[in-house]
Amino acid sequence: MDLNELLAIAEHENAMRRSICIRCCTALGCQSAGSLSLKQRLEEAVAEVDRTDIEVMGVGCMGLCGHGPLVRVDPEGTLYERVRAADASSIVAALDGGEATAPKGDPHHPFFTLQKRIVLENSGIIDPERIESYIAAGGYQALYHALHEMTPAEVIDVVTRSGLRGRGGAGYPTGLKWATVAKSHGDRKYVVCNADEGDPGAFMDRSIIESDPHKVLEGMAIAAYAVGADQGYVYVRAEYPLAIQRLQRAIAQARRHGLLGAQIFDSGFTFRIDIRVGAGAFVCGEETALMASIEGRRGQPRPRPPYPAESGLWGRPTLINNVETFANIPPIIRNGAEWFASIGAETSKGTKVFALTGKIRHTGLIEVPMGVTLRQIVEEMGGGVPNGRVKAVQTGGPSGGCIPATLLDTPVDYESLQRVGSIMGSGGMVVMDDATNMVDVARFYVEFCKDESCGKCIPCRAGTAQMLHMLDLIRAGRATAADLDQLEQLCMMVKETSLCGLGQSAPNPVLSTMRYFREEYEALLADRGSAGETMDR
Amino acid sequence: MTVTRFQPPAPDRTLHPSGDNRFKLLEATMKKHQYRPDALIEVLHRAQELFGYLSTDLLLFIANSLHLPPSRVYGVATFYHFFSLAPKGEHSCVVCLGTACYVRGAAAILAAAEQTLGIKAGHTTPDGRLSLETARCLGACGIAPTVVFDGTVTGHQTPDQVQVWLERLKGEGLKVAG
Repeated sequence: MDLNELLAIAEHENAMRRSICIRCCTALGCQSAGSLSLKQRLEEAVAEVDRTDIEVMGVGCMGLCGHGPLVRVDPEGTLYERVRAADASSIVAALDGGEATAPKGDPHHPFFTLQKRIVLENSGIIDPERIESYIAAGGYQALYHALHEMTPAEVIDVVTRSGLRGRGGAGYPTGLKWATVAKSHGDRKYVVCNADEGDPGAFMDRSIIESDPHKVLEGMAIAAYAVGADQGYVYVRAEYPLAIQRLQRAIAQARRHGLLGAQIFDSGFTFRIDIRVGAGAFVCGEETALMASIEGRRGQPRPRPPYPAESGLWGRPTLINNVETFANIPPIIRNGAEWFASIGAETSKGTKVFALTGKIRHTGLIEVPMGVTLRQIVEEMGGGVPNGRVKAVQTGGPSGGCIPATLLDTPVDYESLQRVGSIMGSGGMVVMDDATNMVDVARFYVEFCKDESCGKCIPCRAGTAQMLHMLDLIRAGRATAADLDQLEQLCMMVKETSLCGLGQSAPNPVLSTMRYFREEYEALLADRGSAGETMDR
Repeated sequence: MTVTRFQPPAPDRTLHPSGDNRFKLLEATMKKHQYRPDALIEVLHRAQELFGYLSTDLLLFIANSLHLPPSRVYGVATFYHFFSLAPKGEHSCVVCLGTACYVRGAAAILAAAEQTLGIKAGHTTPDGRLSLETARCLGACGIAPTVVFDGTVTGHQTPDQVQVWLERLKGEGLKVAG
């Protein structure tokens, strides 16, 4: 494969396109709502009217998952929501002036217009199961450019200057991490893609892989070239069978086209990617636990340092980045560091993909520039709570916190979210309304962390169990004000002394709800209104 | 003069005393991974896919094949939620308890399912027909609350809908029994 062949594939693919394209979402959300049989019916309906200028394409996520299955007719851009298989022929007939029976969506709603798509640029547009579709959208050109016109050091320099930070949650500067791995010595180096998206309420990585798997592979290959690795792993959750299937297909296609494997693009660069399927352990999202799992062991974390960048998989330097981080790489190489750095907020460049869920009118996947406010996301894009008012927004999953409605004007960037007691996290955003009890929410997360604690260190293993016990006492009306203080102390202890991120962040949901919704805890106390009085336990 | 040297019999890896053909398929997976110990989780996935659950016998067979101590194989099999050491029901009903599903009433769905079946989550009905399970998050939050019936993810569920599905299954069970 050389550049001419790549461009020839793109040209051929574009020449094959028909003038009208009916795009039908085939990602998990819409598949569950019956989009596969719908797609088949659309194909049959097109064949029935015998029009060769119309094609039906299965595409990735269009974003508005709660209103699926979604169908969009391009180039006119008509969006149909909640389409049933029975609506198929009317949608095709509408192209000849008929009336479609499916409800129309509004493509000019803020849900779509306030988005800025970099990671999701191909999502809902290309066919994720065909490499040609990705190549036609400019795919793998960034890899060619990096291999033939840039040195590894130059690639790292571009990533550093772009200001990209890790999208897995912690926000570590990506360029710095790459430079550390590049500097480390080892007979072999590895690149690992963390697709163990364990946060409940988050599905960005699943959606990216299901909608545009080649973009992640291309990002990984560029990273491997930059740091000098020849083997990559994608560690993906077993709960995501469709993502695994699309990833397997994508790897096989890339290998067949000479875009993975030996001597990529006729250069001296060799890179292979294997998939490792997780087995249902939340802690494996933590990088040292993830590596243990790839090595076929129990997914238990170990103390850092040494960091994976110096001593990772089998003791060799290993670069671990999240799915979304890798998906940002090809556009950065293609458009340059300055372009990326011009998007977003002061210390948080680029965009962030969020999974907007919970008690909200428009649930789904959005990509927004960093620095927009929570209010814009929740009220304008999400359309607010259907019946009631927003009470809190939870970001960062079990590691994050609940942000009250009074702080909805907080801009979305790493530092601002941290300042209000939450974290950016991987991008789950769960909206809660007045009917949600915050003590219950805290208990929900603590129970999650207790179940998922690997048991290696005592603060996390015993601490989360005690936190859960105390929350149950509070909920049963058997706790006192002194217990509340003790719970707070326990939280601080677990936070400060746990071995890994799971334990260190497990108290966050409790601490943030106690900070903003303390009255809900106090309302449950046994000695409410009569200070000093205690109840028998 | 020919000297016949003693040759130890080549270990026949495909041999399991039961003669069960599924062990051959499992062997093929291990061979594909060159019997590397780090492929343990992949091998356990395949074993569970073939046998439905991981019996002690099966775990020992894998330990022998990959030259790993049985304790290590047992340790890994028990660490991950996905692996089951007990047989599962013919049918499965998995209620997602992720945050988005939780906020939209997954707890009521689970309670309804438990009541209909008379078993707690994580258990199988006494006749071995159905396992009721919970999931942490299926990533289908856009269509919350979700329930997976026999591997099919269905969204926007209500306690009533789940009860109807379970009652229907119970009805079919009665027919089979009668």
